[in-house]
Amino acid sequence: MHKGGRIIASLIIFVGLFTIPFFYNMGKANAGPEIDAQQLANFQSIEPSINMVANHPQLFNQWRNQFVQNGQTVYVNSEGKSIDISLEKLAGDSSNQFCVSCHNYTAVKPTCWDCHSGPEGARK
Amino acid sequence: MFEKALTGSKRYWAWIFFLLAVIALGVMAYLRQFNEGLGLTGMSRDVSWGLYIAQFTFLVGVAASAVMLVTPYYLHDFKRFGKLVILGEFLAIAAVIMCILFIFVDVGQPMRILNVLLYPQLHSVMFYDMCVLAGYLVINLVVGWTTLGAEKKGTPPPKWVKPIIYLSIPWAFSIHTVTAFLYAGLPGRFFWMTAIMAARFLASAFAAGPALLILLALLVRKLSKFDPDPGIGAIQSLVKIIRYAMIANVFFYICEVFTAFYSNSPDEMAPFKYVFFGLDGHTSLVPFMWTAAVLAIVGIALLIFPTRENKVLLPIALLSIFLANWIDKGIVLIIAGFVPNSFERVTEYFPSGNEISIVVGIYAIGALIITVLYKIAISVREQNQI
Amino acid sequence: MSVNRRQFLKRAGALTALGLGGSFVLTGIRGKIADAASQTPSYQKQKQGLVAKHWAMVVDMSKFKTEEDIERVIQSCDTIHNIPDFGNKKDEIKWIWKDDFEHTFTESKNEYLTENFKELPFMIMCNHCENPPCVKACPTGATFKRADDGIVMMDYHRCIGCRFCMGACPFGARSFNYRDPKPHIKTINPDFPTRTIGVVEKCTFCVERLEKGLKPACVEASKGGLIFGDLDDTNSEVRKIISSKFTIRRKSELGTQPSVYYLVGGEESV
Repeated sequence: MHKGGRIIASLIIFVGLFTIPFFYNMGKANAGPEIDAQQLANFQSIEPSINMVANHPQLFNQWRNQFVQNGQTVYVNSEGKSIDISLEKLAGDSSNQFCVSCHNYTAVKPTCWDCHSGPEGARK
Repeated sequence: MFEKALTGSKRYWAWIFFLLAVIALGVMAYLRQFNEGLGLTGMSRDVSWGLYIAQFTFLVGVAASAVMLVTPYYLHDFKRFGKLVILGEFLAIAAVIMCILFIFVDVGQPMRILNVLLYPQLHSVMFYDMCVLAGYLVINLVVGWTTLGAEKKGTPPPKWVKPIIYLSIPWAFSIHTVTAFLYAGLPGRFFWMTAIMAARFLASAFAAGPALLILLALLVRKLSKFDPDPGIGAIQSLVKIIRYAMIANVFFYICEVFTAFYSNSPDEMAPFKYVFFGLDGHTSLVPFMWTAAVLAIVGIALLIFPTRENKVLLPIALLSIFLANWIDKGIVLIIAGFVPNSFERVTEYFPSGNEISIVVGIYAIGALIITVLYKIAISVREQNQI
Repeated sequence: MSVNRRQFLKRAGALTALGLGGSFVLTGIRGKIADAASQTPSYQKQKQGLVAKHWAMVVDMSKFKTEEDIERVIQSCDTIHNIPDFGNKKDEIKWIWKDDFEHTFTESKNEYLTENFKELPFMIMCNHCENPPCVKACPTGATFKRADDGIVMMDYHRCIGCRFCMGACPFGARSFNYRDPKPHIKTINPDFPTRTIGVVEKCTFCVERLEKGLKPACVEASKGGLIFGDLDDTNSEVRKIISSKFTIRRKSELGTQPSVYYLVGGEESV
């Protein structure tokens, strides 16, 4: 192989650099998010027909557009339950760290709480 | 063809690295603005547009002015412009890219800028402006690159570019017309709401753009073996266009001043008073406006008389015309549109250091694009000359 | 490896197509789950919300006797809407404020007016024009006119901060968040969102209160100085005043048709 030694050495350096995060975190406990089963159930009950954990961003985007653009401020879910569209109420109701701890764990930083008040620690 | 930009003299690389350094300073200034907001600029609640939008407006004109070469050469078969036309097209590419950058640095939420395409508003002039600018960029990239590529191979440009070249002619007019409509359709902004705004824009563009182009061509002649005008009178033909465009521009301006002052309409007069004499003791634009007026007259005079053939005086005349238009459009027009404000109060605008760094950075990006594109064009030409 | 470029592109293309198809399948499944539920989700307005065809305001300055009357109204808006105070004019944000007669009605002043008259205070806010130039200018629809009640609304989520609307508004009613407003808000009202850096904002006739059945905060605080109602309803108080008394609007010659009317020489002449 032409210049084989150099290529292999470079590859080792490359692999080394890219695996730093794995070695850095090796052996550290990976604490999951603190999720209260009741809170999760409440959250899921907002719209039982979809998987809320997976699809709430889309639903909330729809809420936002209906609320601001069309002045439709009440959401009637698939079970006929009326819910006031309000990020403040949503986060305030649970008065918990449910949203925050899950978002922190998955490193998802939505900009919602830049302006809307949220649970403690949501706004950084 | 791009490889031609990667080989060059020491002077070429020194210039490239100098521009990169200026760009780096601009990027740093922009990052500061990105984090802290447009509060770092001199713009305010009353003067909500400043240098950025003014440069955008001016550069749309520079971009559109390529049509002053394309039309004679392709439509009227005016062979003299044969060697200049590619320089015009490449200048247009750099100018449009600068325009887009100036818009980008001006918006408060740059990450959302694609909302303009996600939620297109057919009643907003800005939507059309974005469309025509993007289209003009694509047209000039395609036309410039294919014609130069054909030239490199020594073949005539492919047939399919011809329609695109013809399309570029009305398109060039449209970009500056639509930009003028941004301003000319706003009720209550009397300095802008004038029917001849688009005409004024085109006239000043067709003076400033080609003036810059000739200055660049003179530089190219000096710095390379390629002569864009080897004694065929291309430059002098373009000088005629510049002269008449500038005279038309000044004429339109006088029309504006006449209407405002003869009608004695206070709303119409106030901004003109502000730029020429100052209003309520605020005079920051007065020195600029008078400089522009003097430069415009000097420039026209030098181009009317045989002084236009003089090797020393011609660049001075062109520089005067370029600067006169830059002051008028790149500084005064936008700022004075906000003075007096809707409460007939005067709020002045002074750009901040950070803002100026960003402006200089974007001009450096433009200069870099021009340098690289011209380097490619020149290399192809030099090669063909041998 | 014996994959040439053409083959690679083909395979990559096929994989991409599969990926896209896969996501369609998923959406399909999600759709089925929704069908299985008893009803499709829908949106409604609040039942107790105030409704009108054309919200309008009459400003009766004769009711504003003291500086305190004016300040109270401005404060009522500033506190509930989290209006920041930057302490400078350049970055200033205001939804409702006061200015004097001379500068509010620039076209109506004359040189013989006494200083007292020239300095008469007037409340100023967004005019919620029938023909709003800001809405025409907005390239994203972030500011729009509500079809059902004529309120000129802002969507802060969509605004790109181009400030074309500020150039277009002939009334100076719009403010831009040149800086992050949050550190400059005295006490944040948690029930109303603050704004983020780089968006334009303005008075919205308190849409968030209207939907709860409440009149705008300034109207409530004005003790009768600001009269709010449906201009399309012939029995409303605003309609009666506007049709039978002498009211003026700011810059009506521009044709934007402001919905804020100023009652001059109200019950007592000024």
